[in-house]
Amino acid sequence: MLQTLFKFKGGLTLPHHKQESAGTPIVAAPLPEQLVIPLSQSMGSAATPVVAVGDKVLKGQLIGRAEGWISAAVHASTSGTVVALEPRPTPHPSGLSSLAVVIAPDGEDRWIERQRVDYQTLSPEAVRQCLQEAGVVGLGGAAFPSHAKIRAQHPVADLLINGAECEPYITCDDRLMRERADEIVAGIGVLRDLLEPERIKIGVEDNKPEAIAALRAAIAAAGESFTVIVMPTRYPAGSLKQLARVLTGKEIPVNKLPADLGLQSFNVATAQAIWRAIQHGEPVVRRVVTLTGNVEQPGNWEVPIGMPIRDLLALARPKDDTDGILMGGPMMGIPLPTLDAPIVKASNCLIARSPARFPAPSPEMPCIRCGACARACPQELQPYELYWWSRAKQFDKAEAYSLANCIECGCCAYVCPASIPLVQYFRFAKGEIRARDREQAAAEAARSRFEFRQFREAREKAEKAEKLAKAAAAQAEKAAAATKASAAENVPTNPEASTPANVVTTASASDLPDAQTAKQALIAAALERARAKKAGVGEGVASTTVANSTTDEAPATLETVATAAAPEGEGGA
Amino acid sequence: MSFLAAILVMSIGALALGLALGYAAVRFRVEGDPISDKVNAILPQTQCGQCGYPGCKPYAEAIVKGEAEINLCPPGGDEGVRKLADLLGRDYKPLSGDEGGEKPKLTAVVREAECIGCTLCIQACPVDAIIGAAKQMHTVAASLCTGCELCLKPCPVECIDLVPVPETLANWKWAHPVIPLFSAPPRAESDPPSPSRKAA
Repeated sequence: MLQTLFKFKGGLTLPHHKQESAGTPIVAAPLPEQLVIPLSQSMGSAATPVVAVGDKVLKGQLIGRAEGWISAAVHASTSGTVVALEPRPTPHPSGLSSLAVVIAPDGEDRWIERQRVDYQTLSPEAVRQCLQEAGVVGLGGAAFPSHAKIRAQHPVADLLINGAECEPYITCDDRLMRERADEIVAGIGVLRDLLEPERIKIGVEDNKPEAIAALRAAIAAAGESFTVIVMPTRYPAGSLKQLARVLTGKEIPVNKLPADLGLQSFNVATAQAIWRAIQHGEPVVRRVVTLTGNVEQPGNWEVPIGMPIRDLLALARPKDDTDGILMGGPMMGIPLPTLDAPIVKASNCLIARSPARFPAPSPEMPCIRCGACARACPQELQPYELYWWSRAKQFDKAEAYSLANCIECGCCAYVCPASIPLVQYFRFAKGEIRARDREQAAAEAARSRFEFRQFREAREKAEKAEKLAKAAAAQAEKAAAATKASAAENVPTNPEASTPANVVTTASASDLPDAQTAKQALIAAALERARAKKAGVGEGVASTTVANSTTDEAPATLETVATAAAPEGEGGA
Repeated sequence: MSFLAAILVMSIGALALGLALGYAAVRFRVEGDPISDKVNAILPQTQCGQCGYPGCKPYAEAIVKGEAEINLCPPGGDEGVRKLADLLGRDYKPLSGDEGGEKPKLTAVVREAECIGCTLCIQACPVDAIIGAAKQMHTVAASLCTGCELCLKPCPVECIDLVPVPETLANWKWAHPVIPLFSAPPRAESDPPSPSRKAA
């Protein structure tokens, strides 16, 4: 079948450096002493821990529940005991820590009970739920939760399977395609059933002939009709936007998702993980990682998620002049500030650096506006303009020059004759723009809360005023009624007409003199008692009689005083 | 005759346009003051009153009326003053009373063991970010706190601290690239941060 391929502008032809690690089969890495499994391993919100320190866990047991739609669950990578639940360093350029579950393996590597998911009998929602619970995320490096991409909102015209692996050095997908093509093809079959695309295209760069042959054989064996498309090797053909461009000719604008254009793409490793999750009920607890660069024994290892990078690196035996580790490829990878960080679902490659392999860049020189960066940019941007505005912190201008379209592939910095670290400037500007947007959103939220508070205070004030007004009105009514009643008393016409309220008021009015006299009597009695108490140390009996002689309504306290005084008096007598 | 016709035509035109304008003035009337809303959107909405006005909106209105300078808002920082200067066509002025430079973003934290539950800070908080009840311990919802410092003064036991917002993976940013300086001979030991360059 003839297939039209499209070209993307720019890009680079780079030395592959793939043969170093691609020659040997994938080897299972031994279990380390400790597994550090960060709870934030997908794009989106971090998982919520569901285990406590001291718990025994089995391999594949849920340890972090997905929180929200863009989030994926996290599982124990082996059986053992949870020894800590604390912030640990993450494989991130900042070296900052995030909450992680630390597991001491018991060496048995015992699986939890796994159950095959019969996805064909389930609704698409249920299958998505299964994938979220299995913690399936994009294993190409972005770690976007896969279930969120399987939505039937837009009809999918082209399902793209990304086996390009365009960055030099990395060979984990290459080895996976060579060795487990059957599982990848089965995973693509699941995706086909879920998304029902019109066409399925597997894009592989032409520097991986063995992988292409293996995939074609597996497709033939499975009797499927997927097309393996051999792409010319050109960096960054494996980036989603460039892959879509090469395979379909469509360009994905910055403010649109691939799904809006009828595209959806998955990495080959993700397709395999989906198959493992559906067919075997296995959550994502391991992945293939390439160890290469300045090491004695480059190769690919199947690594339990959470294995400390230090332990993993020791397997490949870095040479003595290694001066740093890159996670990811040499173009887009990040230098790791600490080797205590663990392998996560997004880690695809570790490259040991040495001064000979990666010489220190020459000092940054002024931009000479040669335009080499613009010719190399696969996104058709003008990096020299973006550089200028980013450097001057004029972020609005940088945005106007489509900074958001930059995929940080590093082509511009690679070709720059002035060796300006262009991508660093773009990352800086993007971070500042994101922070500014966050602050703007926070200010907006604060404003609405402040306005609501003012509204609430005004409402409370109004309610209080209304209450007071009501009380005042009631008082006035009462007073009016009293005067009316007294008027009625003066001219008694018919007693049946008098309302109960009137009766009460008249009663209280007639009681008034009595109450007053009673009160005066009480006060007099109290004074009398006080006097009697003073004098009555010797004459208790007299005081008692005085107390008794007071009105029946004498307060209990006074009575107790009186009775207390009585025995005293008796004793004295 | 042509003289009268000209006057007639012009009067009819004036009448028609006048009616149209009058109708538009009623029909398309803009509620509120759009400029003060724009100014208010630039202000950081901490509602802290450090400008001398009871909240950001009154300050915005005062700026638009020309009663207030544009450099009275410390939480907005230098960038805020620049934005206001841009929007209003006024001259940029350095932030008033801010010799110590800009403060980092702060958030209030109640030392909960010392809180007596007097609710005074709850009443002072302009954005309802403090949670608690009478004689119950109070606490600050960190994500809602604007760091305005208004809760510090009312607290009778001084149990509220302002702490810088900690750096997390969610708010971490790449730093501005620096050109490393080399001392002669220019042979650096450490590898300065660089784009991942590959040996050819």
